[in-house]
Amino acid sequence: MDAQAVENRFAEALADPARPVPAGLTSARGEADRLRFAVYRNNVHVSLVEALAKTFPVTRRVVGEGFFRAMARAYVADHKPDSPVLSRYGESLADFVAGFPPAAGLAYLPDLTRLEYAWLQAYHAAEAPPLGARDLGNLAPDALLERRLVPHPATRLVESAFAIGSIWSAHQEDNVTRMSIGHPESVLLTRPHAELHATVLPTVDTPFVQRLLDGASIGEAGTHALQCDGAFDLARALTGLLALGAFQRLPAHSEENPT
Amino acid sequence: MNRQVLSLALATSLAAGFGVAASDQATAQDMEKCYGVSLAGQNDCAAGPGTTCSGTSTVDYQGNAWTLVPAGTCEEMELPGDRMGSLKELDRDLPS
Repeated sequence: MDAQAVENRFAEALADPARPVPAGLTSARGEADRLRFAVYRNNVHVSLVEALAKTFPVTRRVVGEGFFRAMARAYVADHKPDSPVLSRYGESLADFVAGFPPAAGLAYLPDLTRLEYAWLQAYHAAEAPPLGARDLGNLAPDALLERRLVPHPATRLVESAFAIGSIWSAHQEDNVTRMSIGHPESVLLTRPHAELHATVLPTVDTPFVQRLLDGASIGEAGTHALQCDGAFDLARALTGLLALGAFQRLPAHSEENPT
Repeated sequence: MNRQVLSLALATSLAAGFGVAASDQATAQDMEKCYGVSLAGQNDCAAGPGTTCSGTSTVDYQGNAWTLVPAGTCEEMELPGDRMGSLKELDRDLPS
């Protein structure tokens, strides 16, 4: 058996309590030690539950510690990490929560979980200089409308039919008071100067931001937003987004020929 | 609305944003990345109080979860129509 096959069998046995200790694995006493392997297996499992608890602190507070850990254990049982980087673990937790019957009464919970995952990815995203209004200042209005912007690596947009931004924000405090959450919110995560911001977008601006992040030109996105709501103000929305550091400033040569 | 109108809106009010932008550039110079503490794996027995080191990963997860109802701040979340954003007795509807 080659090394890769040995590793695969070891990993499979580690992930599944129903499997026996992999053949050839022995303790110092020269025999397979089922209990020792169970300790290892258990530590993997508990560490993953612990990682989820740290990645999803608001979700945890919303449902309570006991419920969260039970849900996390059910998730970990069937979802092992795809990456050795633990901060990338839990991307599919939101989908899992959406299909988890005991959480079915909390319709907003999957989106909240999605926001928390996006927050951690934004936090760990690559460094890049943000595009400022000054970088676009020398463009004629027509050229500006043709312009496509490149999202900053940290920028994330999480949309929900519920007030997930307000929920998230309220849970940054010690005390959470009664709040109404039945209205939609779109949360834009940006990290302008090494500091992560969560911004609830004005409803009128959301279609504009969606289109821009999808690669539409400023003119295309603005026209779309105006069709959605005649009160849309392109200049206000664009300067606001630039101030939040939502886009990336590219090197000078590619600024002239954006793709 | 056509493109002429969009252009006009830009020309008249983007200029106001450029003044603000000057200070953006200055703070970018001061930027210093604060590296967060990454999530740590654990090498010791990680099972925690009330469990055994080898036992936790072999429990019946789902059987355990089904009996629980959320008991955190979800009590404070209010949805329209006097529905709360939480639930109390859903477990009776669950498959056993």
